[in-house]
Amino acid sequence: MNAIVLMLIGFVAFTLGYFFYSRFLANKIFKLDPEFVTPAHEFEDGVDYVPTRPIVLWGHHFAAVAGAAPIVGPAIAVIWGWLPAFLWVTVGTVFFAGVHDYGALWASVRNKGQSVGSMTADIVGERARNIFMIVIFLLLLMVNSVFAIIIAGEHIAVPSSVIPTWVVIVVAMAIGYLVYKKGMSLLWVTIIGVTVLYGAIWVGSVYPLSLPETVFGLGAPAQWVIILFTYAGIASVLPVWLLLQPRDYINGIQLFIGLAILYTAVVIANPTIVAPAFNPNVPDGTPPLVPLLFVTIACGAISGFHGLVASGTTSKQLDKEPHSRQVGYLGSVGEGTLAIAAIIACTAGFASLEEWEGRYTSFTAGGLDVFVQGGAHILETAMSLSPDVGETLLAVMAILFAATTMDAGVRLQRYIIQEIGNNNNIPILTGRTVSTLVAVGACLLLAFGAGGAEPGSGGLIIWPLFGTSNQLLAGLTLMVISVFLIKLGRPAKVTMIPLTFLMVMALISLVIQLGTFWEQQNYLLIGLDLVVLGASILVALEAIRALREAKREAARGV
Amino acid sequence: MMNALVEVLREFYMAPFRGAVARAKRQEDDLFMLLVCSEMVGIPNPASYYTFELQPLLYEDFHEWHKRMGMDHSPLEWLSCC
Repeated sequence: MNAIVLMLIGFVAFTLGYFFYSRFLANKIFKLDPEFVTPAHEFEDGVDYVPTRPIVLWGHHFAAVAGAAPIVGPAIAVIWGWLPAFLWVTVGTVFFAGVHDYGALWASVRNKGQSVGSMTADIVGERARNIFMIVIFLLLLMVNSVFAIIIAGEHIAVPSSVIPTWVVIVVAMAIGYLVYKKGMSLLWVTIIGVTVLYGAIWVGSVYPLSLPETVFGLGAPAQWVIILFTYAGIASVLPVWLLLQPRDYINGIQLFIGLAILYTAVVIANPTIVAPAFNPNVPDGTPPLVPLLFVTIACGAISGFHGLVASGTTSKQLDKEPHSRQVGYLGSVGEGTLAIAAIIACTAGFASLEEWEGRYTSFTAGGLDVFVQGGAHILETAMSLSPDVGETLLAVMAILFAATTMDAGVRLQRYIIQEIGNNNNIPILTGRTVSTLVAVGACLLLAFGAGGAEPGSGGLIIWPLFGTSNQLLAGLTLMVISVFLIKLGRPAKVTMIPLTFLMVMALISLVIQLGTFWEQQNYLLIGLDLVVLGASILVALEAIRALREAKREAARGV
Repeated sequence: MMNALVEVLREFYMAPFRGAVARAKRQEDDLFMLLVCSEMVGIPNPASYYTFELQPLLYEDFHEWHKRMGMDHSPLEWLSCC
């Protein structure tokens, strides 16, 4: 199979999805009205509520939702062959993620720009909102731990990524300082920042750095995890303008540059996919394709995290209601595009089937590292880029995605802990230092506990559990949209079918993973799995109750 | 063309963090306000002597602050903005 053909099939599916399915949703389901006064106009304050051009809004919506997950998920999932991963990404993007992201944006716009959490309380009920908070906390806990372990692993596998990854922090702070304190033109700051970033990538490829094998009995992965969480803890209390904002900005810029470089390289190199469509020789211990595929690839097919972004910030800036189609639906298409690039890099970036099989020796052997090596091979063929520079470039691209998500994730977790402290009258938890320490401590506990005998190396073991939590969140959002549609007397099958599918797959996956963790005697993960399983059952029961009640109300004409 | 590019970059930079930056700025302003008026809540502040002449410049901000804090009128006898 030719990689360009695969890429084109994906793009055609996304294009058809946008032109036909999203139009159907706009006209028949959401009934978008150009005259509707959006919250950006109704509450315009120049701060949170600002009407924004759709292209710009799409740009930062996409940059906010794109992360390391649409790369890591497909990079693991191609172990079952390229076809299942590709089908789930394309079908998922067109019929699941598209509806979910677009629907969350539309529902939020129709509810005064409220977030999914607030809408859950208003539309479904207070109990559903409490479940929502639990799921969010679990998701943040897992995303921070998983991404720390992934970055640690990548720093060890590609030591040349160390210098550029940490130089970016200095570059970001310099940008923040120059923009806010010196009033320097953003164009020059951007040019200088991007030049320094790519210069650092070259320097990194010449001077790779590694940590000692052991320090106080801790291996390199554990050392990196501690360093990363120390950094994330400090970063989460720094002013937003100094680090988070410029870091997100530079990350957004390099996302577009990275995607352009990767797709251009695929077109020039014209590689052949060496992996089988369906892998008949999956390594021992690989879980079954159904249902694990559907939780292994969350971002890139459907991810609950997108609903938070769509309803949290994007909905407050939508100029006209019909723009939700471009911003919401095309936001998920952007994510799907990233996932397809990852599938191609992981299946066509190797010289032979034997070489590919040599990388996928176990379910947890795939991941970011395979994407980096496969992608670097394609860059070398297309642009004669040295493998060292290519690997560093792609590793840094993926690490920056993961790191910016971690930065924001630890900060959000701190807010949640402070809120728990306020709501339950526990003053000690409301302080910035204690709440940050609790957030970082919880993540460290999971990051170390997941690895079992090798602390800090168990990221991919909990990856499907992270995917399941993400799908649960998506399920909650789809439930809110479905109830809202039913209350408006509109057909809700477009959201109820994905909701049912996700819940069934999530529940079966959790039971299967419970068995795996039991075999490994990993009691921490058994406990976590049971908590997520409990939350899933609550979500499923709440969804059934809420949908039934909404239908009864609609029938009574309430 | 160049101006349009700068504008797009600026919007791309600012838009996602407008709210967070505005809140951070407001917190700093509140702190500054408290510092200026600290003597009135019993905290001796030697800076007040030196900053006294700044008070007229702060009237608008002070007014916005006490409204936001849920007080219809200025809580300070000697500083009545409305």
